[in-house]
Amino acid sequence: MGNRCAVIGVGQTYYTTKRRDVSIAGLVREAALRALEDAGLTFKDIDAVVIGKAPDLFEGVMMPEAYLADALGAAGKPMMRVHTAGSVGGSTALVGASLIQGGVHERVLVVAFEKQSESNATWALSTHLPFSASLVVGAGGYFAPHIREYMRRSGAPGHIGTLVAVKDRLNALKNPYAHLKIPGIDQKMVESTPMLWEPIRYLETCPSSDGACAMVLSSESAVTGTPAWVHGTAMRSEPIFRAGRDTVSPQAGKDCAADVYGQAGIADPRRQIDVAEVYVPFSWYEPMWLENLGFAAEGEGWKLTESGATALDGDIPWNASGGVLSSNPIGASGLIRFAEAALQVRGMAGEHQVDGARTALGHAYGGGAQFFAMWIVGRERP
Amino acid sequence: MRDVAIVAFAQTRHTGTDTGLSEHELIHPVISEVKERTGLRRFGFTCSGSCDYLAGAPFSFVSALDALAAWPPISESHVEMDGAWALYEAWVRLQHGDLDSALVYGFGKSSLGDLRTIMTLQLDPYYLAPLGLDQLSYAALQAAAVGAERQELDEIVRRSRADGRGNPYAFDLPDPSDEEFAVQPLRRTDVPPITDGAAAIVLAAGDLAGRLHANPAWIRGIAHRTEPHYLGMRDLARSASAADAGRAAGVGKGPVEVAELHAQFPHEEIILRQALDLGGETVINPSGGPLAANPVMAAGLIRIGEAARRIHDGTAGRTVAHAASGPCLQQNLVTVLEA
Repeated sequence: MGNRCAVIGVGQTYYTTKRRDVSIAGLVREAALRALEDAGLTFKDIDAVVIGKAPDLFEGVMMPEAYLADALGAAGKPMMRVHTAGSVGGSTALVGASLIQGGVHERVLVVAFEKQSESNATWALSTHLPFSASLVVGAGGYFAPHIREYMRRSGAPGHIGTLVAVKDRLNALKNPYAHLKIPGIDQKMVESTPMLWEPIRYLETCPSSDGACAMVLSSESAVTGTPAWVHGTAMRSEPIFRAGRDTVSPQAGKDCAADVYGQAGIADPRRQIDVAEVYVPFSWYEPMWLENLGFAAEGEGWKLTESGATALDGDIPWNASGGVLSSNPIGASGLIRFAEAALQVRGMAGEHQVDGARTALGHAYGGGAQFFAMWIVGRERP
Repeated sequence: MRDVAIVAFAQTRHTGTDTGLSEHELIHPVISEVKERTGLRRFGFTCSGSCDYLAGAPFSFVSALDALAAWPPISESHVEMDGAWALYEAWVRLQHGDLDSALVYGFGKSSLGDLRTIMTLQLDPYYLAPLGLDQLSYAALQAAAVGAERQELDEIVRRSRADGRGNPYAFDLPDPSDEEFAVQPLRRTDVPPITDGAAAIVLAAGDLAGRLHANPAWIRGIAHRTEPHYLGMRDLARSASAADAGRAAGVGKGPVEVAELHAQFPHEEIILRQALDLGGETVINPSGGPLAANPVMAAGLIRIGEAARRIHDGTAGRTVAHAASGPCLQQNLVTVLEA
């Protein structure tokens, strides 16, 4: 798996609907400076910069890394731009880690962002190449049928999605950076919101956020401060159009999890992973991914959610930060999952810290649930 | 660093107009070709480079995945850059030591939109893009900064176009003659042709490379650097980032027989020759280079493939390939290949 790699700095912006006070460059720089501060370093200590974001149509800037080089102290250094759809934040972390694991660099800055207020993401998500008719509007339009199929197969009762929406929003109240902070959030409030894409209600979907997240990654010899060690990294992709593809529990997700668990020596994720930050943009994806990632047997994920096991005080907390349901700067959302996993094992997650977290999973997915990126980080050196 | 070599390269017969092929239809033949040449059906890692703005739709690389037969699921990534950076990511991944092969591809169809205008959207969106400075205009600013003699520029174009005629994948384009400016001082023949195309490369590490090709093109050095975005912050007549990348890749450690440069305009070749310290003994762009065929997002990867091809066919022992990104050569990637 190459050389050892550690997360030594994490920086996030406050996630919100519109950051009118900063440009895109100002936004990414804010996250980068916080990550550097956390690591006790400056731009001078960084060997390379990796930038990730979702489609350029979201802001209308083509290949924005060129423009962002100055704000991220990249002049004179190698800089790369990753784009793997919704999983991009995770992939960006993995490309940054790869530069360390491959022995190419000592310290790498990874940054991912989205400034959705500069454009209209639902429009950008609904624009298709000619020759293929689009029958969906936005990501919810695409994913709702797969959720309905999950409910049919598993026999999950209709309130499970509501439970996740409430749980993640309650966690968000403890996270200073979270976008949606809804005092008094409860099941009744979620159920009273409009149905957007059956069965997804308004409060069962993620918000559109402006925000950026950054991490400083380091080789073993260049560690400063409190490291979160990378124990495993994996990416998997499968085609969007393939007869027989199981979009409810994609094979790429299962294979990616098996790969990353194998590297980290995890045989039973529910017992061996202390906290998981998983890409759940629609509440129903929690039970679906509980099964896909091997935390529960097929058809049993919703029971785990219903039992409270995934709550902050449960035996396997999922999305202690509030997750994508509470903050969704799309291109950054995956990196936030990876960064929050690192914060947990560094013991630096603040009010939403899971006591004694030693091993954490960061997960991201994208495209038509066909791209996956995951890592396992731990308090102990692997 | 672990020894990694290029063992197969394929490119499309590039076209100047939209032939009706979708992007994945464009990619499929080159992927099939490198699979056939190496006999590999599966690769340890796959990475591609493209740009959504060329297709005018988000996620244009998603359907490209359909061309790969990515089943069972594959370990795969994508850079929104020229495929040369996808090759760099794959090379880094192979350095981990657990995988031995990688498939890399780049693709783009510039015919679908107005490339000259589209490239404007790459500039700082608040201060520069609203000015409407288009691709030819900023290239012309750089050409003016270089201030080369017309004769030297014409000679570069003439040589590139003549070499392009000998390259079955490139175009047959007219030689320079007295003609109008595109944007002063760039004449119309100084402008690269609008091109649709794709390319694929297979990387192999260690012993596998020797098993897949009799003459693997070993990557002896690969590095890239960026410069500030704002044109006013750079000496446009020079490329500090290409020089730095060239040094880091070790260009000067031996004689360079062939250099394939991602020079889209003749003045860029002058800048790059100087930055990489290439003397008269180095043959520049025997493929014709981007002035003979310029499939945006594949053109840099093709330079690496063409530089590898000279080693594969035994006509060179040490070659250099260069790829660029960003306005006026803002980012530069340099690869040194040896037999």
